[in-house]
Amino acid sequence: MDATLHDGGRTPSPPDNGPPLREYRGKQAIASMSIDARDKNWYIDKGFEILMFFCGISAIVFVVGIFLFVFKEGMGFILHDMNMGEFFLSPKWRPTSLNNPTYGILAMVAGTAAVTILAMAICLPFSIGAAIYIAEFATGKTRETLKILIEFLAAIPSVVWGFIALSIMNPFIIETFDVPMGLGVLNSALILALMAAPIVTSLAEDAFKAVPDTYREAAEALGATRWQTIYKVVLPAAKNGLLSAGLLGVGRGFGETMAILMASGHSINIPTSVFDSFRALTATIAAELGETAVGSPHFQSLFAIGIFLFFITFLINMTADFIVRGVHKG
Amino acid sequence: MFEATGINQQNDQTQKRFKMLFGVMMVILIIPVIIIIGTLIYKGGPSISWSFIFDHPTNGMTQGGIFPALFGTVWLVVVSLLASVPLGVAAAIYLSEYAPDNLLTRLINLATINLAGVPSIVHALFGVGAFVVFFRFGTSILAASLTLAIMTLPVVIVSSWEALQSVPRSFREACWNMGATRWQTIWNVVLPNAYTGILTGVILQVSRAAGETAPIMFTGAAMFLPFLPNSVFDQTMALALHLFVVATQVPDVPESLPFGVALVLVGIVLIMNFFAIWIRMRLRGKKKW
Repeated sequence: MDATLHDGGRTPSPPDNGPPLREYRGKQAIASMSIDARDKNWYIDKGFEILMFFCGISAIVFVVGIFLFVFKEGMGFILHDMNMGEFFLSPKWRPTSLNNPTYGILAMVAGTAAVTILAMAICLPFSIGAAIYIAEFATGKTRETLKILIEFLAAIPSVVWGFIALSIMNPFIIETFDVPMGLGVLNSALILALMAAPIVTSLAEDAFKAVPDTYREAAEALGATRWQTIYKVVLPAAKNGLLSAGLLGVGRGFGETMAILMASGHSINIPTSVFDSFRALTATIAAELGETAVGSPHFQSLFAIGIFLFFITFLINMTADFIVRGVHKG
Repeated sequence: MFEATGINQQNDQTQKRFKMLFGVMMVILIIPVIIIIGTLIYKGGPSISWSFIFDHPTNGMTQGGIFPALFGTVWLVVVSLLASVPLGVAAAIYLSEYAPDNLLTRLINLATINLAGVPSIVHALFGVGAFVVFFRFGTSILAASLTLAIMTLPVVIVSSWEALQSVPRSFREACWNMGATRWQTIWNVVLPNAYTGILTGVILQVSRAAGETAPIMFTGAAMFLPFLPNSVFDQTMALALHLFVVATQVPDVPESLPFGVALVLVGIVLIMNFFAIWIRMRLRGKKKW
């Protein structure tokens, strides 16, 4: 999401026309007036203002709505079947067991976190490098072309990435590293890195663009080369923006569903090597929601995972936004 | 640009090396796209034909075409557009033209950012909880499209907001000075000058909605249906879900089939993006302010 949404004080405000012609002088004056065009337009104006307002707050309504509906379904599980310690600390996810169903998400959290960290470790250096190249070195046509290519990378749907993980990456990893299965942490991390790269790159580029040109001019006037300017002036000034770009990449990693479902191998265990198969929080919901009865504890437990995901991404997005807003204020 | 002198030749060398490094990083990001698209065309290209596009899947989805999936995706995208474009553009109008700089506006911006950041599978949970169960739409095109609409709403809001903001303030002031109301100004001056920008956002939204799988999986898209949907209350097949199904769920699928489906899906999405970029380029050339 673009930080440019913050409007600051630029919202235009026209003179309030107000209801014109309030001073009617008795019935005669009203009768002598034909339909007052300004009056009708004033009401139209007010009507649309109210309509726009209600559409404007729709984003808030939907976020609250998502929270309420996911919470409503998840609440039954949280109140009746959930054991807080087991939920967060047990790696055993056996919701379908007849005698003793256990709902532990530790293995999934560990898998998701491991993949996200590895993906960011791969993606961040390249994305920031590419962003520096686009923002500081490339000019004119080259810059435009590069930005378009990055946009294309962002446009490829997640299910196609998943298919690429299965059909291209999987045999590639099996052959290169001589392992029995190519689906797992490494495969998912590579796919996730490629998926997050365009987002992180364009956010990082925004962060560089937000550094005023006067900074660069001042540095170059003092005799610094372009690289010295970037390293000593632009990077420190853009570091909050870069941090928030990285955080949003992490948020993407936690929330990615289809690609990870197809690339992870989907077996529940805490991964110990990069070739291990794992299972992501999102993928669990995607794989099991269709097979459960509406209202059953299993169904509701998936909504509880949804609540957990909602809070994590909410926290990440808020932090990223806060970091960027700090920059704008300073 | 800074002119290098003899004194900082070494600095110049460092700079060249780093420029090279970043250029290489850039290229490493781009290469996979080219490899991926190349592979999709190489392996999926042979299976693309008129009958592939216009036939129903046969033999347990191991042969035949993708027409019902393609048709269903069009349904889903169109219905979701009908819901999200008016709402999103109106929200952008409020944020750009009316909203004062206060706490509520700040909250709307935060909500928009969060709506964009909510994982697609949580949107799916919301769709199931709200549209399928609570509003009793069942698993239908309507439920799936509304889920998609809410998911892609931030895209429309942000791109429309940017388009509205790019209309100079002096245009509005001139109109107000003529005695026009705020709405007359928006309708007659601001929107006509912003609509190409809004259109770009809508096209990008189409490409995003066409590729989403998780939000429609449980709200209205079916793995296989022998018939086409008749109304918004029917279930439908969808191209993105079809790719998932033929790639993972169906045994003994010839290799070229999923590659063909992936190629069609990526083709649609990239053509949409090309179109949006083309409009943006034209717009930039035409702008006089």
